[in-house]
Order: sequence, then C-alpha cells, then structure tokens
Amino acid sequence: MLSCPLEYQPQEYNLKGNVDSESLVEFDGVDFSYGATPILRNVSIGFPKGKIIAIMGGSGSGKTTLLRLIGGQLKPDQGTVRFEGDAINSMSHARLYALRRRMGMLFQFGALFTDLSVFENVAFPYREHLQLPESMIRDLVLMKLHAVGLRGAHDLKPAELSGGMARRVALARAIALDPRLIMYDEPFAGLDPISVAIIANLIRRLNSALGATSIIVTHDLEASFKIVDYVYFIAEGEIVAQGTPEDLYESEEPYVQQFVQGESDGPVRFHYPAGRYDADLGMSVE
Amino acid sequence: MERKTVDLWVGIFVAAGFIGLLVLALKVGNASTVKVSDGYTITADFDNIGGLRARAPVRSAGVVVGRVEYVGFSNETLRAKVIMRIDNRYEFPKDSSLSILTSGLLGDQFIGIDGGADTELLEDGDQVRLTQSAIVLEKVIGQFLYGKAVDGGSGN
Amino acid sequence: MISSVASGLRVIGRLTVDGIWHLGAASRFMSIVLMRSAMTFRRYRLLIDEIYFAGALSLIIIVVSGLFVGLVLGLQGYETLKRYGSAEAVGTLVALSLVRELGPVVSALLFASRAGSAITAEIGIMKSTQQLSAMEMMAVDPYARVVAPMFWGGFISMPLLAAIFSAMGIFGGYLITVVVIGVDAGAFWSQMQANVDFRGDILNGVIKSVVFGAAVTAIAVFEGYDAPPTAEGVSHAVTRTVVTSALTVLALDFVLTAFMFTGV
Repeated sequence: MLSCPLEYQPQEYNLKGNVDSESLVEFDGVDFSYGATPILRNVSIGFPKGKIIAIMGGSGSGKTTLLRLIGGQLKPDQGTVRFEGDAINSMSHARLYALRRRMGMLFQFGALFTDLSVFENVAFPYREHLQLPESMIRDLVLMKLHAVGLRGAHDLKPAELSGGMARRVALARAIALDPRLIMYDEPFAGLDPISVAIIANLIRRLNSALGATSIIVTHDLEASFKIVDYVYFIAEGEIVAQGTPEDLYESEEPYVQQFVQGESDGPVRFHYPAGRYDADLGMSVE
Repeated sequence: MERKTVDLWVGIFVAAGFIGLLVLALKVGNASTVKVSDGYTITADFDNIGGLRARAPVRSAGVVVGRVEYVGFSNETLRAKVIMRIDNRYEFPKDSSLSILTSGLLGDQFIGIDGGADTELLEDGDQVRLTQSAIVLEKVIGQFLYGKAVDGGSGN
Repeated sequence: MISSVASGLRVIGRLTVDGIWHLGAASRFMSIVLMRSAMTFRRYRLLIDEIYFAGALSLIIIVVSGLFVGLVLGLQGYETLKRYGSAEAVGTLVALSLVRELGPVVSALLFASRAGSAITAEIGIMKSTQQLSAMEMMAVDPYARVVAPMFWGGFISMPLLAAIFSAMGIFGGYLITVVVIGVDAGAFWSQMQANVDFRGDILNGVIKSVVFGAAVTAIAVFEGYDAPPTAEGVSHAVTRTVVTSALTVLALDFVLTAFMFTGV
C-alpha cells in the first residue's frame, strides 16, 4: 500500500511559520504550567497541513508538553489549541475521543502492550473501534506491519524486539486508523544509526503516503534536519527561533548557533542559576 | 494464555465459589432446617430473662421451632418483653407455657415451649401468659445458702 | 519549646491535609471508574479475563490456606473444648470463627497480597511505560478498558474466594477432628447447624467479604493509577497497596462486626 520511494528527495517549501488558515493544528497564546512551574509561555504557532514539522529544544524545555496539549491529555491554563479549527481544550470527553481517532502518536519507547503479541498490538485499534471480520483485521494488520517492514515479526512478543523494531511496531499501530496527524515523541532517542535512518525514512514515507501531517519532537538535529520541512526551536517555554533547516544552519540567532554547534555554554547556561561561587564556598567577598 | 484455558479456569473458580456458598448455606448453616423469615410472632412477658438474647432458638421437645426476635423491657408491667417468631409448620395450643432454659451447664439460653391442652391454637400476635423465668445461678446459690443458714439456726 | 510544638503541629496538619487530599483524589478516581464501567459488562470477555487474573489465579493459595487454617482451628478447638467436656462443640467453633471472621478477613488479606499487588503492579507498569497514555491517544479510554474491568473482576472474585476459604476451612476442621481424632460426625455437624444462623452468621460473613473485596480492589487500582511513573514508584505503590489494604480490612472488620454482632 505504500509505493513511495525509499529515498527522500529534498523539496522546496514555502512556509509561513505563524498561525495560518492552512494549519491542521494551531496554538493561540497558550500558557501552561505544572503547579507553580511555568512550562509554556504565550506560544502561538501553526502546523501546516501535509508537512513534517520538528519541535526542537533541550531536555525539559516543554516539547513533549506541546504534544500532550494537542492530544488533549493536558489542558492549557490560557489560550486555545485547535485541530482543524476546533478548540481541543473545551471539548467534551466524547468529542475528544472521537477526535483522537484522527491522531496517531508514537511514544518515546513505543509503549507497546507488553502482554500482547506484535500482531495483537497493531490489531488493537481495529478491535476497539471497528466491527470487522477476523480475516479483514488480519489483512489490515499485515499490511501495516509490511509498511514498517516487520510483517515477518507478527508472532513475536514486544519483549523479543529490539528498540528500533519496537518503535516500528508502535508506528504501525499509530497509523492503524490512517490518522490525519501523526505525532512523534523523541522517535530517535536511544537508537543506533541504522535504526535512526530507518525510522527517519519511515516518517517521511508514511507522511506522504497517508497525506498526513507530522509533528516530531526531538533533540536529534542531524536525523531530523534531513526529513523535516520546518523547525521550531523552543527554550524555556518560548519559541526562540523557527525556519526551514537550511535557514537555521545559516541562522545568526545565538540560541540556534549553540544548539547546532553543540556548545556547552551560550544562551543556555552551563551553570544552573546560583549565587556567587566564592560566597558559597565561604571565601571573603570584598 | 489460551482463550479456552482461561475460560475453563474461570469456570472452575466461579463454580467452586458457588459450591462453597451452597455448602455454607445448607450444610453448615441452618438455612435448610428452620426458615424463620416466614412464620407467626408471639409475645410473652418474663420476670427475668437471664442471659437470653435476640436470635436465641425457641425449642419444643428439643427441636428448634423458631427464634427470638426482640428482647426488651416494658415500662407498664416492669417485666421483660420477648417477641418470638415461630415457624409456620409448628402449631401450639393457646395455653402453652414458655420457660427460659440453658443448654448444658454453661451453654446459651433458649426458650422452651411446653404444649398445653387447649383446642384453640396460638396465632400471630398472641401473648403467652404462662411463663417461667430463667434460673439465675446466683439466686439459686443464695437460696441454698439461706436455707442452710436457717437449717443451721434451727439445729442449734 | 514553642517552636518544636509548632513544628509538631505542622506535621500533624500536613499529614491531615495530605490524607484528605489523597482520599478526595481516590474518591474522584473511583467515581470516574464506576461511571465508565458500562463497557466492562457489555464486553464481558474483559471481565472474564480479570476474574481469571484476580480470582482463578488466587484459587490455589486460598484453598491451601483455608484447609490449613481449618486444621489448626479444629486441633486447637478440640484441645481446649475437651477440658470442658464439650468436644462436640468443635464444629460450631470452627464454623463460626471461619464464617464470621477468618473466612472474610484472612481471604481478604491473602487476596490483597496475591491479586491486589498484581493489579497495582500491572496498572502502575502500564502507566510508567506510557501504555495507558498510548491507549488514550488511540481513543480508547483506559478507565473503561483497563481499570474498570480490573476493579469489577476483583470485586466479583473476592466473595467467592472467601466462601471457598470458609468451606475449605470447615472441611479441614472436619478432617482433623472427625476423621483423625474421632469426634462423632453426627454431633459435629448437628452442633454446627444448630448454632450457625444463615442470616445472622453466613450472610453477614458474605456481606463482609463483599465490602472487603470492594475496598481492596479500589485501593489496588487507585494505587496503581496514582503511582509515580518510575520503577521505584511502582514498587512503593505495590507495598502501599498491601499495607493499606490490610489496615483497611482490619479496621472495616471491626466496624462491621460492631454493627452486625452486638446482640440487639
């Protein structure tokens, strides 16, 4: 069912980064905090239809929170998150669940159901949502597994899979209902270079095969810059930079420079905020 | 786990559970012998009920025929008022007498019914006139000692 | 001096606030679980799986412990009653202790450590490995799909386990006193039947086991769902399930006994 080429051909995109009528998902002045800790501050961004967008930033910068806000698992303190124009944060329980059928999410370590086989994991959304005969479920599951190259592994248990394979199975499960939006939470974390290349390729292929929109949360610059159309940089809850990968390589923005060059000190400080060092050590302060 | 194995074990478990309940109800409990939920109630006043309590058995000729439902004190008669429920299967004449007895030396107290000779039978709500109080051990001992003392006194 | 009193009071205050907060969170959680329980009964397969998990897998431990508790009760009861020349009453003693107290309480304690801990661990691990989140994002409500069937599976299993425990215990008592020691079988059963009341003793015992089952499974599912999503968090949650369940069962047992068996 997926016939697009394995190699990704770079394309030219003309994107507007801000809120846009062509956006599948948009954030409008979103604030979010865990208790007293602010995570996002006045974030207004759009995710255009059909594109692959990366959200990059250091650990703890609020990237995953963005995905959970889109999925409706968290509610913003202020502002709105919209999916195809509908405000997610003010939806009823039933509508939110109806909406989630049009989303797929790949969790960081796959989050496969450990007591079910690979086949049953992928069959799970079909069994829960659709009344289909067993033979049709079998065909659908094998097709999805074939798309991620793991049709031969359908009898295995999740414990028997490598990290990269588990993530591919989870991807097959996430796309089971042919979602409009696919979200990836750190899809490259902890994988070997070959697995990273396989996953990156799959993200690209599936996005165009399904005509979906993809949002990748990651800090892996190298792997993601090869496949994404647009990048948002997030730091301390705010969007600090955005643009296509080419723009960002040339960006003068100090934060982006630091991130791209991988420098230990810069706008993101090496030291956690503290008082004077000599004072802390009890040395005399003139 | 195979579907059929799960079903089998759940079946075994649920069946065992219900058999357990059934055994408790029929073999251990007295659900099979006396069903006192449907029966008629009779009342009686006693001078002293001793240690009689609600749910104590009512026996006639040693057979359990009912249960004590309520034990209380009546302000008008200044006596103890006892309500009993008697199984529908058992009938007693109107002039039957009640006495509070003890099973064994230290056992629980129960009410014994001795049948009378009347042709009319006790009905729901009737009161039994003839009652005999519980034997209170302290009183018996007290009387015995008093009797001894009197005997001793007269002997002198 | 004053400051130490104040800090002591602060500790009491914090514990109280935490406790009430926890209780509120648990009540809110359980009301959500109960409201979304319809699926459990519509898709009875889910329920059967959880009855297998909570009930059938606890069968062995319940049968074996019930038998041994009955053997010990029979032996001890016989030794004591023999001194008063009423060895036949051993049947009554065994049956009443099991049906009123030991059956519901001991099987609830065993159930908490066998099935309750497993429920907590399963939910906790599913949460910490994001399986519940993944389910939510697949538009499947984890309360309805995972938590509610586990709760009802445990709730249904517990009274059955208690009944099996009591029946096995009485069988154990019969074995040791009648078969081994040689108490008269007729006296054993008739004494038991004369003194064990169906409504007052057996039904009250069953009510106890229903209440304990609800309490233990509610604690187990809540602790699992409330566990911090780390390995340490889950292991602490399992410990808390067993400890809290045991204390709750014993406290509830006292309250229920006070209501049920105080004469009038």
